[in-house]
Amino acid sequence: MSTHSILKEITAFQVKKDTPAFKVGDGVRVHTKVREGDKERTQIFAGIVIALKGSGIHETFTVRRISYGEGVERVFPVNSPNIEKIEIERTSEPVRARLYYLRSRLGKAAMAIKEKRVEKAVATK
Amino acid sequence: MISTLLGKKIGMTQVYDAQNVLVPVTVVEAGPCPVVQIKTTQVDGYNAVQLGYSKQKAKNASKAEKNHAKKAGLEDAPRLLSEVRLEEASTLKVGDVITVEAFKEGQFVDVIGVTKGKGFQGVVKRFRVGGGPATHGSMFHRRIGSIGMRQTPGRTWKNQAMPGHMGSLRRTLQNLTIVKILPEKNLLLVKGAIPGANGDDVIVRTAIKGQPKKA
Repeated sequence: MSTHSILKEITAFQVKKDTPAFKVGDGVRVHTKVREGDKERTQIFAGIVIALKGSGIHETFTVRRISYGEGVERVFPVNSPNIEKIEIERTSEPVRARLYYLRSRLGKAAMAIKEKRVEKAVATK
Repeated sequence: MISTLLGKKIGMTQVYDAQNVLVPVTVVEAGPCPVVQIKTTQVDGYNAVQLGYSKQKAKNASKAEKNHAKKAGLEDAPRLLSEVRLEEASTLKVGDVITVEAFKEGQFVDVIGVTKGKGFQGVVKRFRVGGGPATHGSMFHRRIGSIGMRQTPGRTWKNQAMPGHMGSLRRTLQNLTIVKILPEKNLLLVKGAIPGANGDDVIVRTAIKGQPKKA
């Protein structure tokens, strides 16, 4: 057995299989468990997925939102047990694999994703 | 009971622990190690247990290796043999097999391996010497510089950083936590990095500096 397949097998039980199939450009609400002392509560972080990175146990996604006029980004590990659920609010077909260009945008444009032309043609029909 | 195992570095990955924290781990295939020979003060002048690991193809093993293995009741000659020195005579017998179950999750271990060879390297990489400025006509980039004073002391100090061969050295990393044990696959998950490339031989032993205090 190759070393790589051993590593994959070991981490397989911690890789989530029920993660919703969100992609870059989707608007998501991420429910995370937060510990405060003894209490545990759920925190929601809503925004646009601007990047997906890695695979297997290492997979992460970056969510960007504008909070009180200030851009905020959070990187979540996809397989973290602290992530309770991920809701997909809206989907889009971005032209880029990573939406880093949103970082340099201000105001309304900061949340507007440039979509593929095919998708737009369908939408205007 | 001794708890030293011979093994092989598989590679690094990450796992979530009980607190949902992502922990970096190195996967080590350790054992099973059959006891090949018991050495005693009466016969050999010291007490030790000789362990074997993995196996050699019959065409590669020498006659001496094959017969040594046969004495221990093994079919194939082990690829690796290593002794564990003991204060007193061991209660183990030839033919006993030591597996990863000799360790417990959460305990400290030392891992011994041979670091990756880096070849002939300069002082900047080998000894972390600062080097000179890159630009502004410096003409002194990654050179070694002065190696001493003048009449006093009149010689170069010992341990003066100079270029030479780097890496391929036996190194021990102490007090690494065992995150997880997978007995059916003979695997140990050790927290952090260990010396050597993936596939290199390593020795895992109970930490000589003691175990973590229980909270």
